[in-house]
Amino acid sequence: MSHFLTGINFDHWILSALLLIPLAGAVLLMVLPARLARSVALVTTLVELVISLGMWVQFDPSVRHMAFEYQRAWIGVYGITFHVGADGISLMMVLLTTVLMPLAVLGSWVGITTRERGFYGMLLVLTTGMIGVFVALDLFLFYMFWEVMLIPMYFIIGIWGGKARLYATLKFFIYTMVGSLLMLVAILYLYFSAGRLGGGYSFDFTFILSHLPRLPLGTQMWLFGAFALAFAIKVPIFPFHTWLPDAHTEAPTAGSVILAGILLKMGTYGFIRFAIPLFPAVAFHPWVSKLVIALAVIGIVYGALVALVQPDFKRLVAYSSVSHLGFVMLGLWALTVQGTQGALLVMINHGISTGALFLLIGMLYERRHSRLIADFGGIAAVMPAFAALLTFVSLSSVGLPGTNGFIGEFLVLLGSFQTHPAAAAIATSAVIFAAAYLLWALKRILYGPLTSDENRHLTDLTGREYAILAPLVALILWLGFYPQPVLRRTEPSVKAYLNWVNYQRALPLPTVVERPAAENDGGGR
Amino acid sequence: MLLDFENGRHLAIGLLPELILTVWAMLLVLHAAWRHKDPGAQRETGWLALVGVVLAAGATIWLWRSGAHIDGIATSVALDGFRWALTLIILVGVGLTTVLAIGYLDREGIAVPEYHAMVLFAAVGMLFMVSGADLLVIFLGLETMSVSIYVLAGINRRSAFSAEAALKYVLIGAFASAFLLYGIALLYGATGTTKIELLGVQSAHVLPGLTLLFRAGLALLFVGFAFKVAAVPFHMWAPDVYDGAPTPVTALMAATVKTAAFGAFARILLQGLDADQAHWAGVIWWLAAVTMIVGNLLALAQRSLKRMLAYSSVAHAGYLLAALIPGSPAGAGAFLYYLLFYTLATVGAFAVLVARGRGGERDVVTDDLAGLAESDPALAAIMAICMLSLLGFPGTAGFIGKWYILATATGGGVTTIAVIMVLTSLVSAGYYMPVIMAMYMKPRLHAQSHADTVLPGVMRGVLIAAMLGVIAFGIWPGNALTMARSASRVFMSQNITSVATPTPYPPGHP
Repeated sequence: MSHFLTGINFDHWILSALLLIPLAGAVLLMVLPARLARSVALVTTLVELVISLGMWVQFDPSVRHMAFEYQRAWIGVYGITFHVGADGISLMMVLLTTVLMPLAVLGSWVGITTRERGFYGMLLVLTTGMIGVFVALDLFLFYMFWEVMLIPMYFIIGIWGGKARLYATLKFFIYTMVGSLLMLVAILYLYFSAGRLGGGYSFDFTFILSHLPRLPLGTQMWLFGAFALAFAIKVPIFPFHTWLPDAHTEAPTAGSVILAGILLKMGTYGFIRFAIPLFPAVAFHPWVSKLVIALAVIGIVYGALVALVQPDFKRLVAYSSVSHLGFVMLGLWALTVQGTQGALLVMINHGISTGALFLLIGMLYERRHSRLIADFGGIAAVMPAFAALLTFVSLSSVGLPGTNGFIGEFLVLLGSFQTHPAAAAIATSAVIFAAAYLLWALKRILYGPLTSDENRHLTDLTGREYAILAPLVALILWLGFYPQPVLRRTEPSVKAYLNWVNYQRALPLPTVVERPAAENDGGGR
Repeated sequence: MLLDFENGRHLAIGLLPELILTVWAMLLVLHAAWRHKDPGAQRETGWLALVGVVLAAGATIWLWRSGAHIDGIATSVALDGFRWALTLIILVGVGLTTVLAIGYLDREGIAVPEYHAMVLFAAVGMLFMVSGADLLVIFLGLETMSVSIYVLAGINRRSAFSAEAALKYVLIGAFASAFLLYGIALLYGATGTTKIELLGVQSAHVLPGLTLLFRAGLALLFVGFAFKVAAVPFHMWAPDVYDGAPTPVTALMAATVKTAAFGAFARILLQGLDADQAHWAGVIWWLAAVTMIVGNLLALAQRSLKRMLAYSSVAHAGYLLAALIPGSPAGAGAFLYYLLFYTLATVGAFAVLVARGRGGERDVVTDDLAGLAESDPALAAIMAICMLSLLGFPGTAGFIGKWYILATATGGGVTTIAVIMVLTSLVSAGYYMPVIMAMYMKPRLHAQSHADTVLPGVMRGVLIAAMLGVIAFGIWPGNALTMARSASRVFMSQNITSVATPTPYPPGHP
């Protein structure tokens, strides 16, 4: 297999193909009749999945530099290139995307009945945007993907969403833009300072990393702040999370799956790939470090507590995301191999489990047109298969040993306990809260007496719905019992990342502010 | 092609686009007088005017490609890429608004064929503004343009708003012109010249510091231009005038008039006063910052779409001013790129407004566009792309333009203005996005609400082409960026007299 793939020069074109195929699918959608839209989208995303599996086979963990690298000129005058590549971290994120996308399409199979072409077209454009974010190695290219991805999501929530969709989608849009625009200025600042140092200007990430200017801590703080704000809103870290419950709740099923499963990971991925390696001295400055860890722990506990009292099941899962992503941040700031590996696993697991939860809620919603926990009760009697799967997925989200959720959170706690024992101790309590909010919700939805007459005639899962859930269940079990293949692929990348961060942190920083003559801020004179 | 302006024939070649348009406009006046009784005359004159615009554009391209230049002596008229690029941008704007006006005047029953002749006269003025290398030529161009626009603003004789707009514009315009002229006079008193290049030499070398006279002249000049480009706090007239004027005229004012005024201003700052950048940068900095903040906040508060677009054009004046602060040639390049796509998006947005308006564009609010995506997907897509481009969203040329300005500011060391620019852009999302939201996410108000939303086929075709351009240049801006940079190169070689600190210039520039 590997031989065959090498023979067809797979490594060279795979990432470009992953970016182009969804766009081609979207164009095809526009010219075909609307009733074919969902089939085209399904085929396109399945093709993506199949060829992306080749990356899993081809990826060689022993190689330290980026795999699947491809670079060509784009906007020459500014040193902007189309530069893509993937290490173990990117690889997992890309695979998460390609696995979830066909399921998101299948999850919308009957739920989306208006303007199908637009909907599936948006899903495909979104696929390109998300994969682009995970593989871009040029800051300009990264920024383009990061922003362009906003538009399809904006439409998906705004056109096919729930009752308060307009409010939710504008909030989502504005929040995301707040962060990313400041990041644009920071990118430009880096471009010029790295260019002055490197004797030529380029947005290429490897160029900027190798000519990382030794800026004074104060300047670095601002730059890190600009990057971190963009990513923190996306993650979301505690005080920036308020867009999330609205967007997740109002989005259609596919939108929620993608938001929770993939989009949030773009924030944490941004920290691992860009914000931390570019400014390690700031990221792990004692104050910044304390602040991030405090916010992460607040997010973990607060998300879980708020989830406990949500009357709307979808909103409950949305708040649980705040809690889970707090674990990721905690793991990243532990700055240990276990912590970072655990953070990556939580990112993957959260994508799978929460994606599955949103798909299950979508199935229930299509039957009953309600997401309120109070409207249900005792439906395990009429939908036994649904009840079994919902229970199973919930337990994986809670982190039951033997499911994927356990191993990630365990590694995070293990890693962070070495460096931040108090934070780890508080975070552990959230595992109990997680069990409380999900199991209590399950009790109210699935068990007890069947009170409402409307629930008496609910039908159990269909073949299509089994097909959606089967791969997710398989992944939950596989990662729960044998996460080694994933860890093996991410470990070298994680170690390289930690080496870089520790090496950079140890370097002394200039204390005197070196101001080039032309650098005035123009104001106040 | 080396031209010698002592030679009359050479002078005529150097002024070919302006001459073509002048002669054409005069012929159009005659044609309009001849056919005045004929109801179809307006359309006919309109198409003929378009032919004139195309001819002038052809002449410009020919001159640009043939590399027309003059010997190093300061002349009254510039022959450089900056002029050709601006001329073409203006002609694109004039052409687009003319096509728009043909359908509009027909529909609104404004049977005035002279409209198109006046537009051409205004265009002549604008071309002189961007070609003038002498303050007096610029002033002449400005007056030619302004007088024509005064007439155009009031061309709808039956509308009281149109009359109000014209009157306001005349009064404020006269004010601004007076400021400008007084400023020119004082600068002449201080330096003994009105030629832009010599002004630079004088201010850099001969004068030991800036004299009071020079400063006063500069201040008045700035006020005059700030009025013309509607920069805050000299913007008060703009929304009322834009609101009352017939919509194609508004589009002309928001796009091309601004381009012309900015073009002249940029030439004066970057060619004449580049050595004094340290003196004026602070002024422009504040002007840009206040314009961006106030323009965007006021646009956010508007209900009427036309007023929203008017205030948004004020905000864009702020972005353009930001490009000038570092006083670097890169700023000029950013400026050209931005202006071209700003013109396309602005005219596009006004065209959609015209399509929806039917006699009352002033009353169209955002929600009147509700459900447009379902009844007319192409029109909604045009409007959506215009809004995203004006917002500066990646994937559109508007983003590259904004990014170019940000790069100029950051590279020139004025990072603070870049931060203000991105934050105010964010505010602009608050009024551009609801338009898209209304079109795509809200249901129609009633089944027939878009029955009379029509955009004539030609205009539709032109706009679709323009929007494809906006997207294409948003994704592959390479060639256009190279052109903008080469057009701004003229401001590089002038620096022999410059004593300003070297401005870091982005890569790739020879």
